[in-house]
Amino acid sequence: MPQAYLQSFLGGSLIGLASALYLLLDGRIAGISGILSEGLQTQGNGQPRNLFFLLGLIFGPILYRLGFGAWPSIHFETGLWGLALAGFLVGFGTRLGSGCTSGHGVCGLARFSPRSMAAVLTFLITGIITVAVLKR
Amino acid sequence: MTKDRSQNFAALAAGVLFGFGLSLSGMLDPARVRGFLDIFGRFDPSLAFVLAGAVLMSHIGYVVSRRLRHPLFEETYHLPKKRKIDWPLLTGAAIFGAGWGIGGICPGPALAGLALGILPFYVFTGAMVTGVLLHDHWPKHLLPTLKRKPTSEGSAAESLSR
Repeated sequence: MPQAYLQSFLGGSLIGLASALYLLLDGRIAGISGILSEGLQTQGNGQPRNLFFLLGLIFGPILYRLGFGAWPSIHFETGLWGLALAGFLVGFGTRLGSGCTSGHGVCGLARFSPRSMAAVLTFLITGIITVAVLKR
Repeated sequence: MTKDRSQNFAALAAGVLFGFGLSLSGMLDPARVRGFLDIFGRFDPSLAFVLAGAVLMSHIGYVVSRRLRHPLFEETYHLPKKRKIDWPLLTGAAIFGAGWGIGGICPGPALAGLALGILPFYVFTGAMVTGVLLHDHWPKHLLPTLKRKPTSEGSAAESLSR
């Protein structure tokens, strides 16, 4: 069990390192919902940089597979219709709320941003309530 | 030109590291994410360790950034300059949290999960992209209270010289 926690901590540290690099090299917040939104735009902010980040993000698990010989273990508890609803809420909600677990969580908390702290608290509370309701 | 190329390469490298970290940490597993949110049931604390490691490293990066006049490949930092805690922020976060609780997936794992080539990730991510596009392209006059800024400023990241 402690080894699983250590692995989680190491994985989290790499996520944080990626955010630190993106800030120090490109001067930007590694917020996935924002990068996705900008990557989808056909003009203005739709710089190739966002697409490169997204491409790298998808290559990450492939690198894991190459290194460890297996995909990370995945278990779905939600059916496809539920996932479709969830995906829609996540896409719309993160845009309306200007960020997700990465932008508000990893980057915002690290900058002690009051907006991000409020957002993280809010999505943790509604996430906990949703799971509590659905799992009973 | 060279600056753009460096920026793109840095973005690619950061993306790979991010996706690898997600894979190593267990964040790609929706059941573990929902276990973390299940504090009244079978609580799985491991994601707290993910967040701790991530915020710690990210904070170190932030502290270093304050000592550098500008990023290595860019003239200025692009950080959110909005400070106010407003209704779009809280409403959006609440909606996101509900979706996160239902599926156990947030945007990073949704996109990284596409690499695994299994249907559930494609369904989730397809719906997520639909939600993003609907928000970003929704006619503003139909949602006056939610969309207060023109699209050109829609991005959270705005230039801030420090």
